[in-house]
Amino acid sequence: MGLLSDPNRRKALTGLLTRLNTPICIVCYLAGIVWFMGLAFEPFTLRTYMSENAMGSTMVEERFSSGERALSLAKEFDAHKRKAGGMPVEWLVKAMQSRGLEVFTQSFSRKLPFPDENKERYMVRGTNVYGILRAPRAPRTEALVITAPCSPGNTNNQAVALLLALAQYFRNQIYWAKDIIFLVNEHDLIGTQAWLEGYHHTNITGMEYSPLQGRAGSIQAALSLELSSDVITSLDLVLEGLNGQLPNLDLANLFYAFCQKLGVLCTIQGKLQRNDWDTAEGYTHAAQTMMLMVLKQACGRSWGDHGLFLRYHIEAASVRGINSFRHYKTDATTIGRLLEGMVRKLNNLLERLHQSYFFYLLPSLSRFVSIGYYMPAFGLLAVILLLRALDLWVHLGAPALAAVDGVTEAEQPSSPGVLTVLTPVVISHLTGVALYLLPVHLQEMAVEHFPVSETEAVVLTAIAIYTAGLALPHNTQRALYAVVMVLLSPAFTILYCVFIYQELIEAPVSVSEGWMLFLSVISQGILDHALYGSLVYPLLALFIYPCWLMFWNILFWN
Amino acid sequence: CEIKQLSDCLIRLLLDRRDGTRTSEALTPAAAARDEFQEELVIRPLHSGDIYASFQFRTLWDTDFLQEGQKVSHYRLFPKSLGQVLSKFSVRELHISFTQGFWRTMQWGQPFIPSPPGAELWVWFHDTVSDVDGNWKELTNVLSGIFCASLNFIDLTNTVQPSASFKPLGLGNATDHRFLRYATLPREIVCTENLTPWKKLLPCGSKAGLAVLLKSEKLFHSSFHSQAVHIRPVCQDEQCTSKAWELRQTLNVVFDLYTAGQGKKEWSLFKMFSRTLTEACPLATSSKVYVDITDNPELFELSPATPLLSQAVVLGDRRTYSVYDLSRAETFGQLRSLNLLLRWKGDGEMLRPLLHAERYVAGFGLQTGEIHTVIYNNHPYRAFPVLLMDSVPWYLQLYIHTLTVTSKSRDNKPSYIHYQPAKDRHRPHLLEMLIQLPPHSMTEVTVQFERALLKWTEYTPDPNHGFYVGSSVVSALVPSMVAMNTNFTQDQPLFSSFVPVKEESSYFVRVYTEPLLVNLPTPDFSMPYNVICLTCTVVAVGYGSFYNLLTRTFQVDEPSLPLAKRLANLIRRIRGVPLLT
Repeated sequence: MGLLSDPNRRKALTGLLTRLNTPICIVCYLAGIVWFMGLAFEPFTLRTYMSENAMGSTMVEERFSSGERALSLAKEFDAHKRKAGGMPVEWLVKAMQSRGLEVFTQSFSRKLPFPDENKERYMVRGTNVYGILRAPRAPRTEALVITAPCSPGNTNNQAVALLLALAQYFRNQIYWAKDIIFLVNEHDLIGTQAWLEGYHHTNITGMEYSPLQGRAGSIQAALSLELSSDVITSLDLVLEGLNGQLPNLDLANLFYAFCQKLGVLCTIQGKLQRNDWDTAEGYTHAAQTMMLMVLKQACGRSWGDHGLFLRYHIEAASVRGINSFRHYKTDATTIGRLLEGMVRKLNNLLERLHQSYFFYLLPSLSRFVSIGYYMPAFGLLAVILLLRALDLWVHLGAPALAAVDGVTEAEQPSSPGVLTVLTPVVISHLTGVALYLLPVHLQEMAVEHFPVSETEAVVLTAIAIYTAGLALPHNTQRALYAVVMVLLSPAFTILYCVFIYQELIEAPVSVSEGWMLFLSVISQGILDHALYGSLVYPLLALFIYPCWLMFWNILFWN
Repeated sequence: CEIKQLSDCLIRLLLDRRDGTRTSEALTPAAAARDEFQEELVIRPLHSGDIYASFQFRTLWDTDFLQEGQKVSHYRLFPKSLGQVLSKFSVRELHISFTQGFWRTMQWGQPFIPSPPGAELWVWFHDTVSDVDGNWKELTNVLSGIFCASLNFIDLTNTVQPSASFKPLGLGNATDHRFLRYATLPREIVCTENLTPWKKLLPCGSKAGLAVLLKSEKLFHSSFHSQAVHIRPVCQDEQCTSKAWELRQTLNVVFDLYTAGQGKKEWSLFKMFSRTLTEACPLATSSKVYVDITDNPELFELSPATPLLSQAVVLGDRRTYSVYDLSRAETFGQLRSLNLLLRWKGDGEMLRPLLHAERYVAGFGLQTGEIHTVIYNNHPYRAFPVLLMDSVPWYLQLYIHTLTVTSKSRDNKPSYIHYQPAKDRHRPHLLEMLIQLPPHSMTEVTVQFERALLKWTEYTPDPNHGFYVGSSVVSALVPSMVAMNTNFTQDQPLFSSFVPVKEESSYFVRVYTEPLLVNLPTPDFSMPYNVICLTCTVVAVGYGSFYNLLTRTFQVDEPSLPLAKRLANLIRRIRGVPLLT
């Protein structure tokens, strides 16, 4: 390590770094981007494999056969749902009891900070119904959860019915080693949140709920089921959870293995796998799938009911049935068998899922990029910061060295004192805090004074505070820089992400639609934070935005 | 009839020949008359549609080796293996149970003999024992061999000495809990290898009597299976002039309506055990089958019918039983085999169990957590006290100052608390409390804990499975349902029912909660390799450069001149002009 201790060579190295700083940074940046985009190229990725020995590939024989009965049950459930105008609690309790489960209910209520216009709800009141299948000769220490949300309208009836049919079939089997909880939750994520908080006796989000009466020990894994039609063409696996958390990769492998075994078309991010990786289309397809996963993780919300389980260290995934009117169709029996196989494999688990990866990206269901492969790309981008900082440091140090030589040069340009730095730092952060706190708290005042709804009030207040932050400096000579800064600001990044996302899911939007989406994204972000504890909104408001404001301020430094 | 007697004789002879000691005893009936063996099977149809079968085998051994210096060498009905253990380790009372499954109190009511999931062992030693811990350790190892179980995993880290919850059930008034040891192994799995040695302790083995029903392929095709051995000293007669050892072997099993009964509410001995009864154990003085018919005839019908009825107050409830006496030939009827048949007719409501408890771990993350024990008193108007005993392994570090007991959202101060803190790697926490449960209430006991980081060799081979915490034990004298019913005038004369009868006014119940499975922070065990590589590199690089910097002597380096200058200097030196630098 003579490099650091030898002053000459050190000088040479720093000289090189300062002289070639910009080219090196550009190279690093490009290399990082190329590396990252290269990850979607199939020869560079690894094939997925089952790490967990207890779930070895095909030891299970699926015998579930009452798919047709499930479909008729779905109609019955639909009728009762219509009659009850919501969740048919009594009917569900009876249905589960008659199938030999221990049935419990949990009622909950939650007042949203402001009305959710996407889902049209404000005061949420609901009931979760869950039945526990007690494993014979097991001491209630471990459990698996299968959940199906009871959604309004005639969506998801088939999921609830299939759940009941599975419960009936499972009840007659002797081989269960873990209790199985069948949960039908109302108001999708809010219900799941209430149930999970009740089960673990925590209260993170200010939910009001009645305590749970029946429990089954520590939950090992959970599957959420969403089906809305009798016949489906493909199954979509959703993995992205709250704050970008992912379940263990083995859960995805398990799903993929059973799809292969039963011949079910399976997708991830709604995209089928393609075999032509060596063509440009094939590569773009994989890159799109991977970028969608990155975007979904970055936005930090839970993309299915499973997402909230991940916080409690429960591996969970959502299985979503999609009917895209292809001619290749899968019936309810096959889906039941798929779930049966998955649950039986999970039942075989001796330990929590921990063998496989927790940090990964999936360009397709059969290929994965582990953290060891994508971190270098991130490292290449991050090293630019270090290089620039080094450059600045060397430049700062250089005049000081000259002064040591003894020649008293002209008075140094007085460096700004600590106080002058402190003011913009404090102001930037205070603006951040205002952005975090005020929109929700000031909504009533805003509604009083302006002709807007509460949701609009919150979003518009947020945008107003955000823009007000720009008014900090007074020197507006560098207009070009200013425009570039604004275009690179957090809010614009979100806007770009909205457009990119819509482009990736092949549903491009016009500018005005994109703007509306942008507004709803903001309100959803705030709601996700208040309801489930998603961290993206506070991260943006309290950290990224103030940092950006300081840049903005430095730009207009006198 | 004669044929049957003949076969009895044959069996007796066969059995006797098997064991030399027994032959000598059998020849002198007067000396051995006081050894006794009874067998009994109780069948209770449950309201859930499941069926509960409880076997009890009771062997009395008329010997008293409490007396010093008496050598015991004669064994007739009592198993020699256990007898030797009793005398060698100076055991006063021994209770051991192996349970697979969890008793569902809310669906099944109270069991006759409660037991926690896994293995439970509690032993009272004689107060003459000086080294109780040593005896205990040896005893667990010996029992581990006798019952083919992992009882040898019982050591000081999971043994406690409860001060109040476990009192001797037999003779004697020992209260010094220094001679008591209690341990549970919640992870113990019970299977056929435990059943076989248990069956071998029976005088008739599994060859005759009720034990022929104990076929492992059926017993382990059930929702709940529990087998136990209880040994205690009892009185031989009413005046208690002579003492005897009582060995009670119990086996409880619950068959599931759906998986074992094909969903039909119809049970028979054959369907349950794939055997029928043909005879009593010839060595047994009494051999009976009881069927709980309290809810008859509304709930189910029983065939063949029996004229013998028996009434008893069991677990605070007045129950009626049909009795089948296997020692009488007419019980077996024409077919010479007894196959009881129970057929449900309707659904009945079960009495809510008065006492019920459950337990769970609250919170998430791997740092802290909270143990919640919820105890329900379902009695409509009577409050009663319960003793709660919790034994928590040392790696859950309890914050005892966070202990709260709340009933009806009000603080409920325990009248007695016995807490023994854990010592890391030496002894578990022991918490015993006497709590008064208000009527019709839910009492919640919470205590926070922090998960300890284990040393890396202390992790089990499957650390990601989690670590078990044994069941907590709730012991109580529960007010009886019989006493509760002051309007009970059906069969009783009025003069007998005004003041509740004392011995029926409350009954003893022990309720076990579910064990807990807690995840501890677990390192990634493949990591050491990476860590070794990384630290070696870091140390090599860091240490190398530091060492280099520290040991190097720095001196001003004369810049070496280019070749041209050096040549020029050579010429200048010759000329005597100042040199170039």
